[in-house]
Amino acid sequence: MIVLNALKLALRALKRNTLRSLLTMLGIIIGVAAVISVVSIGNGAKARIEASIASMGQNVVQVMSGSSRRGGVSMGFGSAGTLTKEDFDAIRKDVKGIAGISPEVRNNAQVAVGNKNARVSILGVGADYANIRSWKFADGDNFNDGDVQRAGKVALIGKTTSDLLFGEGENPVGQIVRIGSAPFTIVGLLAPKGMSMFGSDQDDVILMPYTSSMKRLSGGTSFRSFMVQVADPKDIDAVQAHISELLRERHKTTEETDDFMLRNQQEISEIATASSETLTVLLGSVAGVSLLVGGIGIMNIMLVSVTERTREIGVRLAVGARGRDILMQFLIEAVTLSIVGGLIGVMLGWLASDRLSSLMQTPTLIATNSVILAFCSSALIGICFGFFPALKASNLDPIEALRYE
Amino acid sequence: MSTPIVQLEDFKKTYQSGDIQVHAVRGVNLTVQAGEFIAVMGASGSGKSTLMNTVGCLDRPSGGKFLLDGVEVSKLNRDELADLRNQKIGFVFQGFNLLARTSALENCELPMLYARPSKSAPAQRERAMKSLERVGLGKRFDHTPNQLSGGQQQRVAIARALVNDPKLLLADEPTGNLDTQTSMEIMGIFQELNDAGMTIMMVTHELDIASYAKRMVIMRDGRIVRDEQVGQRHNAVEELGKLVREQAAVNLAP
Repeated sequence: MIVLNALKLALRALKRNTLRSLLTMLGIIIGVAAVISVVSIGNGAKARIEASIASMGQNVVQVMSGSSRRGGVSMGFGSAGTLTKEDFDAIRKDVKGIAGISPEVRNNAQVAVGNKNARVSILGVGADYANIRSWKFADGDNFNDGDVQRAGKVALIGKTTSDLLFGEGENPVGQIVRIGSAPFTIVGLLAPKGMSMFGSDQDDVILMPYTSSMKRLSGGTSFRSFMVQVADPKDIDAVQAHISELLRERHKTTEETDDFMLRNQQEISEIATASSETLTVLLGSVAGVSLLVGGIGIMNIMLVSVTERTREIGVRLAVGARGRDILMQFLIEAVTLSIVGGLIGVMLGWLASDRLSSLMQTPTLIATNSVILAFCSSALIGICFGFFPALKASNLDPIEALRYE
Repeated sequence: MSTPIVQLEDFKKTYQSGDIQVHAVRGVNLTVQAGEFIAVMGASGSGKSTLMNTVGCLDRPSGGKFLLDGVEVSKLNRDELADLRNQKIGFVFQGFNLLARTSALENCELPMLYARPSKSAPAQRERAMKSLERVGLGKRFDHTPNQLSGGQQQRVAIARALVNDPKLLLADEPTGNLDTQTSMEIMGIFQELNDAGMTIMMVTHELDIASYAKRMVIMRDGRIVRDEQVGQRHNAVEELGKLVREQAAVNLAP
């Protein structure tokens, strides 16, 4: 009953000074809106990264060759090309629990169809590759192990490349393309996969047997990396350990001198999400500070309000209001300010992240708990920063308050 | 004999003002019985305001005894004082002290907001309405103070003071801000209320206004120097009639 009365009084008092109430709420509004939109952008980025990592394939372990050094400068993992065809065969033969394995040989080549030509990234892969990356076919079919063995002139084409070379909507399957100097037959059109987590178009690609790519394009004999798909996710660690052991034996290295590196998807995704999370936390805390500033604004205005209404408080005390009634009145007024501000902030943050996602073409994801958190903290701020002015009001001496000019 | 409404025995009030002790009231004995209409007079600094604040339970005595309707007030805490004010006392101030931008009706409902146990909203509305009708403002219940004249504002204040059926109506210079005719009208309401049984205690420095009361107490330097029945009591209705006739005569004169 007391609370209900106080709420009625608070709403009336706030309505009386609409502009002032709005300005006071602005701090909270901006704070809450900022928290919600920042967190939603962060969540959106995280979700996208996770999706693109998932698009790399399920339960994948990457085996990368060690780094080469040029003039004392490490060129990064994979640059040395210490993985050989024999390593590949050994892993394929000896390691248990593998669902698929494929090398990844990256090249760029000039590709031509009729009078159209383009520079396209060429992936030399095994027959398991499309399966490992759960890459579906829009048309045609995968090449097989036989094609890999005889370095067949067959290729799979990504949607973007196909549209570029053959025209939009045209079916490239069965057509001949010239890659480098050799003609290749397109046997399959890959279903679109979208952007990778680094922002590159994964559909602007041509896949061919790694043997063909090594023979006709790069001419090398070693690999930079293998992708290994583990059949059962529980076995990832065991498979990883087995591969390490096998390669150490073959390369005659120890843990310190390893010329290769293993990474599973989990680790890759952790690295990728860590940076986006750091950014979210950073921006979120800036938004949090603005919430705090909003709270100070509320306290400021409530103190002014208490002083302004000293006589009113005196009258209320004279007709029998207890200190607690006055405390409640002003506390609820402050909380109403901050809660209404919080609600407006939630709506504004919602709108803002919606606009932002269409403006920046990045997905945003409004997390329910960030909405609840922002809203609750705005209410909490109302209580914390409204308490002191309310206490001051409730402790006024009725005689002094009545005499106040 | 029934319990007196106000019973002050050797009431003292001392303020600490810096290093100096100010003796605002130095031993007052005063008893007000139910149904009395008493005017307290005195120059500023005579202690009459302190006396009123104490009787109004806004302040506690620093010495002596004060019983309000038989309840010893000196020992009550802040909340108990507030409840006592709410239930037993109606205040009328010189400056009306209505809540701005709040309708007459809502101003009247104010004391009931703090009543324990509280009444339902419709019951509160009904009582406030009745109270306004009693002071002749039933039709203006939705007016805010700035839409009302001074006299009307004071009537709203009286209606507010009456709404919780107090034992004692305390008025502090109720006509201080009003012209002669309006003052008479307010005194008329007081006399009417008093005739209906309401105990009224009023502070004023105008002898003219004090003459509407039944009993007059004069204070000086924190003591009561005179306490007597009003000899030639004014009747508000008659005085008002006289005034209206005089004004008419002035208007008729060439």
